[in-house]
Amino acid sequence: MNAKKVDKIANVVIYTIVALVVILLLAILGYILFNGVPDISWHFLTSAAQSFSSGGGIRDQLFNSLYLLVLTIIVSLPIGLGAGIYLSEYASDNWFTDLIRTSVEVLSSLPSVVVGLFGYLLFVIKLNLGFSILSGAIALTFFNLPLLTRNIEESLRGVPNLQREAGMSLGLSNWKTTTKIVLPAALPGILTGLILSAGRIFGEAAALIYTAGQSAPTVDYGNWNIFSSTSFLNPMRPAETLAVHIWKVNTESVTPDAHLISSASSAVLIIVILIFNLGARFLGNKLYKKITATK
Amino acid sequence: MKKKTIISLVLGLAALMLILTGCGNSGSKESSAASKGSSSNEASGKITIVGSTALQPLVEKAAANFQKKNSKINITVQGGGSGTGLSQVQDKSVTIGNSDIFAEEKQGIDSKKLTDHKVAVVGMAPVANKDVNVKNLTMDQLKKIFTGKITNWKEVGGKDEKITVVNRAKGSGTRATFEAAVLKGDEAVKSQEQDSNGTVQKIVSSTPGAISYLAFSYINDKLQAVSIDGVKPTDANVENNKWKIWSYEHMYTNGAAKGAAAKFLDYMNSDDVQKSLVKDMGYISIHNMKVQKDSKGTVSSK
Amino acid sequence: MDKIQKKLQTKSKATFQDYFGKGICYLCIGLIILLVTCILYFIASKGLATFTQDKVRVFDFLTKTNWNPGAVDSQGHPDVGALPMIVTSFSVTLLAALLATPFALGVAIFMAEFSSKKGTKVLQPVIELLVGIPSVVYGFIGLSVVVPFIREIFGGTGFGILSGTLVLFVMILPTITSLSVDSLKAVPMFYRQASLALGATRWQTIYKVVLRAAIPGILTAIIFGMARAFGEALAVQMVIGNAALMPKNLISPASTLTSKLTTDIGNTVMGTLPNNALWSLALILLLMSLILNMLVKFIGKRGRF
Repeated sequence: MNAKKVDKIANVVIYTIVALVVILLLAILGYILFNGVPDISWHFLTSAAQSFSSGGGIRDQLFNSLYLLVLTIIVSLPIGLGAGIYLSEYASDNWFTDLIRTSVEVLSSLPSVVVGLFGYLLFVIKLNLGFSILSGAIALTFFNLPLLTRNIEESLRGVPNLQREAGMSLGLSNWKTTTKIVLPAALPGILTGLILSAGRIFGEAAALIYTAGQSAPTVDYGNWNIFSSTSFLNPMRPAETLAVHIWKVNTESVTPDAHLISSASSAVLIIVILIFNLGARFLGNKLYKKITATK
Repeated sequence: MKKKTIISLVLGLAALMLILTGCGNSGSKESSAASKGSSSNEASGKITIVGSTALQPLVEKAAANFQKKNSKINITVQGGGSGTGLSQVQDKSVTIGNSDIFAEEKQGIDSKKLTDHKVAVVGMAPVANKDVNVKNLTMDQLKKIFTGKITNWKEVGGKDEKITVVNRAKGSGTRATFEAAVLKGDEAVKSQEQDSNGTVQKIVSSTPGAISYLAFSYINDKLQAVSIDGVKPTDANVENNKWKIWSYEHMYTNGAAKGAAAKFLDYMNSDDVQKSLVKDMGYISIHNMKVQKDSKGTVSSK
Repeated sequence: MDKIQKKLQTKSKATFQDYFGKGICYLCIGLIILLVTCILYFIASKGLATFTQDKVRVFDFLTKTNWNPGAVDSQGHPDVGALPMIVTSFSVTLLAALLATPFALGVAIFMAEFSSKKGTKVLQPVIELLVGIPSVVYGFIGLSVVVPFIREIFGGTGFGILSGTLVLFVMILPTITSLSVDSLKAVPMFYRQASLALGATRWQTIYKVVLRAAIPGILTAIIFGMARAFGEALAVQMVIGNAALMPKNLISPASTLTSKLTTDIGNTVMGTLPNNALWSLALILLLMSLILNMLVKFIGKRGRF
């Protein structure tokens, strides 16, 4: 068998594998969308969930998911930014940097159940935050932080050293160079990473069951007072997210249309994540063009 | 991203944390105040209810209705399981702990400290996959199936098919009730375990030869509900104890219920809830029961 | 003279800015380390209670096969043998990684070496989308598609290690693929150019040069995939059958560490043995993810050249 033949065979094998995987992926996506999309209606998206009669919607769950996402980003972005800047700009190659990298990686490989139970013990019980969006957001920070830190670090590293040298030679401090020159240049990459990690937060359930809780109390969407317990903005209220709702509907619900709700919710979830992904790409490209092009 | 933005983000975050922990604390103070001092007529305060996932939808719905009339009382209902409910109410972390099981039956719970409020009765029935063609079993046969002594459906008059036993999670209220009524102290065969009613329903309806047990409200036409000794699993049969597999749904308070919690528990016991919501959920009203059961399983007439 | 001396001896504004910046960074880093320490401490203290407080022997815990917390065995020791769960967790993880690696590598080679921008542009978003699908959804697809499929082909109930493996295979495929793509892309272009200039075919270049150079990265990708599989709970719980038994074959119901944990934690009372034993399972999970991480580090260090 000569090298040419092997090359051809290898080509065929690789193409077959890719075709198989693509078929598999499309089958899964198709299965979810095909089962769910026909049941999505305006009514489904805008009405409250029902405990035991059919016709319930996912209004509160959808909002909770989005709100939790925003809160998680508010909590995790500054920390991730600080850590990312440190790792790419300040860290020298020593045991301390090693320790930090290991810590971040340990966080990223923690099983979500373990994080959920830990969050339950520490935030919900010990710190008395109760089942609340805030507890959930902090628990999700555990997942988000490693992804975010790594992404920010890599984006910053991707900025050519020339830019830093230029900043330094102008007499700017290291910090000014980083924040005024390097960070803006890395912004498109950071943004893309941020939105992609949002997808994972959106679909997380196991960590939230014991932290953000599994009930969605009726909230008043007209109440903007963040401290009022009926306000939709109150971060201390319990909140069932879409992913948790899918879990709950499938395991304990007595609603006659549980199957419909779960498949439609799954489809909604996937569509939202799809929008995130496309949006991330679009925004990243646009921002990149805007920053790199001559003004 | 400018320096100022970063500073303000960090500061904002710190401030947010402070405020939030602050209001978390004040919230808990409020609730303890409510459970201690507000036995005055003006019922207000915060009630946190945690526990049994099976009872959660009922209490949630009742709480929503209750709050319409008592806007000053804020009720939060969460799941988490009976074990969680009991241990949290014992620690006074929550006002009310929901449980499918008597506190006396749970290891590590000091039942003397807790006050039991029974709010509903739930009947459970063995369910089998439709293809096994068995509609009735004797209590003895059922016991032998779940202890692993009968392993084929043809031994109990069904078709020649292996029996797949699907059990419930160890320590769950459903399993405790079933084992007390059917196995009477014998050890169940080690087999598949599932925690939730929904999953069991799905597994039994799709697995040939499967048998498990479910609360009445989860039994649908895709499953074969099995009668025992000729008695059908109906609400009426539970009410007079002809059907033996049933248990209470409990709401426990630490000490006697006071203030807002007492008011809410009264509401749970009122006709508003018992005559409509309890039925809608597929539970049986405690008002209809002609017998009562104590924590040791002894049944006496009411 | 004085002015210059003063300027040289006092720190400039820029230096203070830098201190400030460093301060903020250290704060963030400190927070992360605090979080990790917290989680390690909490779970270790809870998980060790089984051994310190309830006097279970570590050796028994790791090697006995009977899981029945609450009951005691003939010698009066509590009956907590976690071996079935440990074995199942490992077999599911290893099998899933074995199954997923060839597929992931194939796709990665395609994306990094074969396809022009077009192929990557389509494949990448789809793969990223798969990462975002919640595990509950995977679990239910598993329950309604994979389990009946296994039952049809292999008999039995369909629940077991094989079903768990198949579900995990799909879940870790995107992780391994995207990390492998990164490491393949990191191989310098001139390696390929040199190889091709010597007259090697494309496949020879990929197989003998690019893959060899990317091996540490690919191993890291596989281990990350395994870490995800090891910690996955909700999806596995639905298809594995949850029976705390030693797995006899690939299609008999079994139970992983995570599935046992999620099924039982709500039904136990905090501070009692059944609860502590579950935390010990969590501790094992944590230690395993630590070990896998160390492995990644080790491979990364060895592979640098």
